[in-house]
Amino acid sequence: MMEILGLLSDGLWLSLQPTNLMLIIVGVTLGLFIGAMPGLGSVNGVAILLPITFLVPPASAIIFLAAIYYGAMYGGAISSITLGIPGASTAVATTFDGRPLALKGRASLALITAAIASFIGGTVSNVLFTAFAPPLATVALSFGNPEIFALMLLAFATFVGLGGDDIPKTVFSICIGLVFAAVGYDEISGAPRLVFFDISGFLHGVNFLVLAIGVYGIGEMLWTIDSTRGKITSTDAKMTVKGIVSDAKEGMRRGWKGTAIGSFLGFFVGILPAAGATPGSLMSYGVAKMLARNPKEFGQGHPGGVAAPEAANNSASTGAMLPMLTLGIPGSPTTAILLGGMVIWGLTPGPRLFTDQSEFVWGLIGSFYVSNFFALVINIAFIPLFIWMLRMPFTILAPMIFVLSVVGGYAATQDMHDVWLMLGFGLGAFFLRKLDYPLAPAVLAIVLGPIAEPTLRQSLLLSSGDPTIFFTRPIAGPITVIAIILILLPLFKIIWTKVKSSRVETPAQ
Amino acid sequence: MRRAEIVTAGILALMSVYLMWKSTELNIGYITGEGPGGGAWPFWLSGIMLICTGFIAVNWFRQTSPPSQSTEPFLDGYGKKMLLLVGGGIFGFIALINIISMYGAMFVFLIYYLRFLGRHTWTLTMTIATLVPVVFFFFFEALMRITLPKGMKFLEPVFNYLNTIIY
Repeated sequence: MMEILGLLSDGLWLSLQPTNLMLIIVGVTLGLFIGAMPGLGSVNGVAILLPITFLVPPASAIIFLAAIYYGAMYGGAISSITLGIPGASTAVATTFDGRPLALKGRASLALITAAIASFIGGTVSNVLFTAFAPPLATVALSFGNPEIFALMLLAFATFVGLGGDDIPKTVFSICIGLVFAAVGYDEISGAPRLVFFDISGFLHGVNFLVLAIGVYGIGEMLWTIDSTRGKITSTDAKMTVKGIVSDAKEGMRRGWKGTAIGSFLGFFVGILPAAGATPGSLMSYGVAKMLARNPKEFGQGHPGGVAAPEAANNSASTGAMLPMLTLGIPGSPTTAILLGGMVIWGLTPGPRLFTDQSEFVWGLIGSFYVSNFFALVINIAFIPLFIWMLRMPFTILAPMIFVLSVVGGYAATQDMHDVWLMLGFGLGAFFLRKLDYPLAPAVLAIVLGPIAEPTLRQSLLLSSGDPTIFFTRPIAGPITVIAIILILLPLFKIIWTKVKSSRVETPAQ
Repeated sequence: MRRAEIVTAGILALMSVYLMWKSTELNIGYITGEGPGGGAWPFWLSGIMLICTGFIAVNWFRQTSPPSQSTEPFLDGYGKKMLLLVGGGIFGFIALINIISMYGAMFVFLIYYLRFLGRHTWTLTMTIATLVPVVFFFFFEALMRITLPKGMKFLEPVFNYLNTIIY
């Protein structure tokens, strides 16, 4: 342990060197804005700025990229809360409660809760990373296809079992999201699949950001204008120093549970290969909702619903670095690019990296701590700017949101087909929203679909079509059973109410 | 609202059937040695969607869901006007992108929304409508190196000139 602390202090010292510190501050600020721009996420920032890093030594280069990664994780929440459009895929779940809070004129509470939860999530994951990197990497490897599918099932189950919404509509929403995720090519046979009306734009699939921006940037916006008759209260947002302190207290009092769940669950989902921060944040939201005293408050503007996904996406972004550094397996698209960068710099990721390139690894870990701290400070410093933006009259804010949605829809895939598709999704979402169809599950499903389907198919291939594989394995079994119980929970509730009412009626007879 | 609930359920049921039919283009059964066919996953999911629409119809008939009890119109006068003006505005914005470029379409859309829907002054309208495309241009083209649609050929000289500034 003493050895680890010694190495960590060396790493912190390295990342506090003037050049590296400057790179961290620039990286975090850039990341914050890239993350806040709908359609662009950390992956774009890291990919675009990768060539710039060849001008500095490898340790400084990865510190810069890690700072962008961190900044983007914080930044995604900003547009999710203030504009109601997910700034990045990792911030989709933040929209579920961040937007209702902003509409109530409580954007500052949501923004501060997001910043603090992100900081705590980042810190918890940094400590876990520092202390347990090599053993955790082996745990992640014991997660095969059946285990990952069971986890996905659990994520969907949390939305069905405790949603409180209309069950058939929730299930419909999940299934349609999963079907949209299946559009494009069948990954296993390589054959085109669900290419509607032979339109070639469907061949590259339906990008989840196109659905998310359509639903939130257009559908929900139209619904808000319609239901409030244009009298939006989000412009009531205020910002004072006293307000920041009381919001921070309230955010933590009501969001501590979500923060704790997000910090640990996010880290764990982050280290799983092929998972990453987006599923991590969505699952943490689901679990936080499931364990909340009053789950129905989630989705109406509960700070816990902001804290859980925000703590999780920061925690998962550190977690995703773990399999990349120790095993050479990237846990998310961003870490895949970082891995590419490391190979270009002449570093070989894998178990030997910790011993062969100790200075590089500990410099990176040190930079996680420093980036996390600066991301919090820079984010809080910018909150008044975002609140000021919200205070603009709604007739100025609304067209800006529409412009951002259209540009974001295009930037995600750079195809006009997707912009039209986004408008279609937006109008569809508006009509379905009016009829009480919950739309968050569809967004969750389109994100998790590309993980759920291949893991299900490969598991069934492994077991020659026998579905008991999900029940008999030591890790997958319990997760599947919990998921099934959750799915059946509404049915149990109906039976329980009937039994209870018949008991009440019996003595009266 | 009540009628809209059942009509929507009907449309969604038809869509589910279409998706089931479309999924059968690939194998929907189990292929020995290959696992479930490519069409199986969307086929069964669409099947579940169809069953859900059945339940939605039952809830409508029993009047247990809020929209099936509501006597309010699905879209009143305000809703229809809003959808036409705002939704139509976005439609026009997207339609203009391939003609006058993303930046040009943004400019026109902002003028339309700010001046004609928002009733803001010409000074404010023109300031925002000009500033937003300029900021977007430098952010996307110069910083992020992502090119947004440039419209038809007649705009080429304008963008060629702008590119000399950023490159």
